[in-house]
Amino acid sequence: MAKVLIFVEQRDGKNKKSSFELIGASSAAGNETHAVIIGDAVSSLAAECAQYGANKVYVVQDAILKNYTGESYARALVAAIKTISPEIILGSHTPMGKDLFPLVAAQIDGALATDCTSLQFAGGKLQLKRPVYSGKAIVEVEFCGSGIQMATVRPNAIGLGKPDTSKAADATSITADFSGLKTKILEVVKGNSARPDVTEAGIVVSGGRSLKTAENFKILEDLADTLGAAVGASRAAVDAGYRPHRDQVGQTGKVVSPSLYIACGISGAIQHLAGMRTSKVIVAINTDPQAPIFQIADYAIIGDLFQVVPALTNEVKHLKE
Amino acid sequence: MNLYVCIKQVPDTETKIKVNGDASGIDTTGIKWIMSSYDEFAVEETLRLKEKNAGSTVTVISAGPERVIDSLRTALAMGADNAIHVELPENADSNMAAKAIAGALKKETGVDLIFFGKEALDDGAAQVPQLVSAYLNIPSVTVVCGIEYNGNTLKCKREIEGGSFEMVEVSTPAIISAHKGLNEPRYATLPNIMKAKKKEVKAVKLADIGVSSSDQKIKFKNYQLPPPKQAGKKIEGDAAAQAKALVAALHNEAKVI
Ligand SMILES: Cc1cc2nc3c(=O)[nH]c(=O)nc-3n(C[C@H](O)[C@H](O)[C@H](O)COP(=O)(O)OP(=O)(O)OC[C@H]3O[C@@H](n4cnc5c(N)ncnc54)[C@H](O)[C@@H]3O)c2cc1C
Repeated sequence: MAKVLIFVEQRDGKNKKSSFELIGASSAAGNETHAVIIGDAVSSLAAECAQYGANKVYVVQDAILKNYTGESYARALVAAIKTISPEIILGSHTPMGKDLFPLVAAQIDGALATDCTSLQFAGGKLQLKRPVYSGKAIVEVEFCGSGIQMATVRPNAIGLGKPDTSKAADATSITADFSGLKTKILEVVKGNSARPDVTEAGIVVSGGRSLKTAENFKILEDLADTLGAAVGASRAAVDAGYRPHRDQVGQTGKVVSPSLYIACGISGAIQHLAGMRTSKVIVAINTDPQAPIFQIADYAIIGDLFQVVPALTNEVKHLKE
Repeated sequence: MNLYVCIKQVPDTETKIKVNGDASGIDTTGIKWIMSSYDEFAVEETLRLKEKNAGSTVTVISAGPERVIDSLRTALAMGADNAIHVELPENADSNMAAKAIAGALKKETGVDLIFFGKEALDDGAAQVPQLVSAYLNIPSVTVVCGIEYNGNTLKCKREIEGGSFEMVEVSTPAIISAHKGLNEPRYATLPNIMKAKKKEVKAVKLADIGVSSSDQKIKFKNYQLPPPKQAGKKIEGDAAAQAKALVAALHNEAKVI
C-alpha cells in the first residue's frame, strides 16, 4: 500500500474522465488515494473524485488558476505535494498533464515516466510499461533511487470503473503563492467541434487519402456522430487538406488508444500504425485485401468505404433505437 | 538575439525496430539516424529570427553519443552558426539529458530564446523542454504552432485538445517547444552541407558541468516487440451484410458499442 496523489484535470469546471481511471486504479489496489483539483471555484468537483474511489480530496483554488498555465499549476501542485507528502503522483498524458508533470518533477526532484500504457502497484511501488519508437517496442520502467515516483498515463489505457454515486466529499483547501508569474494566458480560443477529441474519445473513426475530398468526410462524420466518436485522419488526408493536422493519427500526429478504432480507406503505413496500434479493437475497411492495415485489424472488411460506411451508420442507428 | 535550439537524433521513422540480445535496448546496427521531425521546426524558427534580427547568432545543441554530431551538422547546413555537442550515454533518461543541456546553457551568456521540438520521435517523452525550463528558472511554453514577436515579448499559440488553442504571453528569456504549423522547415543545400562538414563542433563533457549518472531517474528495461496480433476476422458479403455482421460482432462479441 502506498500514499498516492492523483492530479485531477479539469477544464471549464468539468473533470476529465481520464483522471478517474487513475483514481480507480489506485483505489482498487488498496492505496491511500488522495486527489487534488486545481482551478478557480472547483470544490463542487470533489464529490465525483470520491465516487471513483478517492479517500481524500483537496482543492487549490484561485482566480489566477481559471485558465491553465504550466507555471501557475506547477506552483499549485507543488504546494499540494508538500502538504500531502505522497510517495506516488499520477496524472493523465494529456496536453495539460504532459506540460505540467516535468515542471513539477524538476521542482520536487521526482522521477517521472510519461506516456505509460500499463500501470500496476507492487509493494508500494509503481510498475509501469510504456511504448517506445512509436509503439514499435514496449519497455518496463525501472526507477533509480528512492525518490517520489511520478507517471503520466495515456487516456483510456486503464479503463473507467463504476462510480459509487452515493458518496460525497469535503474538499480540503490548500493555498499557494502566485506572485511574480512570467507567463500569462491572453485568451483561450475554443475549437468549434462538438465531437470529442481524438486522443480522448472512446471510439475513433478515421479516414485516409481515399476519401478524395474534404466534403466526403461527411460520411465518416455521420458514422462518428451516431457512435459518439471522434473523427481522425491519415497524414495523406491531412496533407491533402481534407482534415486539420490536429486530427492526424500517427507518429507525427496524435497517439490514440480508444476501445474501438475504425480505419476507413487507410493503407496502414508504419507511421500510421504507430498512432493507433494500442487501440483495443481495430476495424479496417479497405478495397485492397493486401493492405497492411489488415495485419493488425480484429475485424476486416474488404470493400468500398463509400458503400460500407453509410450501411454501418444505418446499422448503428438501428441498434440504438 | 542569442538564439539556441536543442535537437535530438532519432532512428528514421521507417526503421524496423529490433530488440538487442539482453533486451536492454534496441539493436542499432544499420539504423539510419535523423534529426527528430519536430526539432526541424525549432531549427527553422531560430533561422527565421536570425534573418529578421541583424547581428543574431544561432547555436545548436545536442546531447547524446558521438553519432549525434551528424545531426548537429545538418542544423549547421540549414544555417546555424555554432554547434555544441554535450556527451551523454546512449540510454540516458530525460532528466539526465535535461541536466546536461541546462549545464551547457548555463555556460552561455545572454541567452534570449531556447527552442526545442515538442517531443522526440523515439521515446515521445515530452519532458526535456520543461525540465530545462525548471533547471534554468526560465518560463516555457510548449506545443507552440505560431508565434507573434513584439520586441522581447512573444505571443504564442499553444495547441491543446479539442481543436482549441491557448494564447500565451511570455517575455525573453524563454523556452519554446515547437509543433507542426510553426513554419515550413528549409532543406540544406549541397554547398551548405559541404561547408558544414568543416565547421567546428564544441564538445562539452558531463564532468565539466557537474552532471553524472546519479542524475538518471528512470531506466527502460526488458524491451519487447508488441505481441503479434491474432489474425482478424474477415467479414464477408455485400456492404449491407458486412455492416450488419460487423455491428452485431462489435455489440455482442467485442462489446465496444
Ligand atoms: C516522417 C514521416 C512521418 C509520417 N507520419 C505519419 C502520421 O503521423 N500519420 C499517418 O497517417 N501517416 C504518416 N506518414 C505517412 C505514411 O507513410 C503514409 O503515407 C500515410 O499514412 C498514407 O495515408 P493513407 O493510408 O490515407 O493513404 P494510402 O497509403 O494512399 O492508402 C489509401 C488506402 O485506401 C484504400 N482505398 C482506396 N479507395 C478505397 C475505397 N473506396 N474504399 C476503401 N478503401 C479504399 C487503398 O486500398 C489504400 O490502402 C508519415 C510519413 C513519414 C515519412
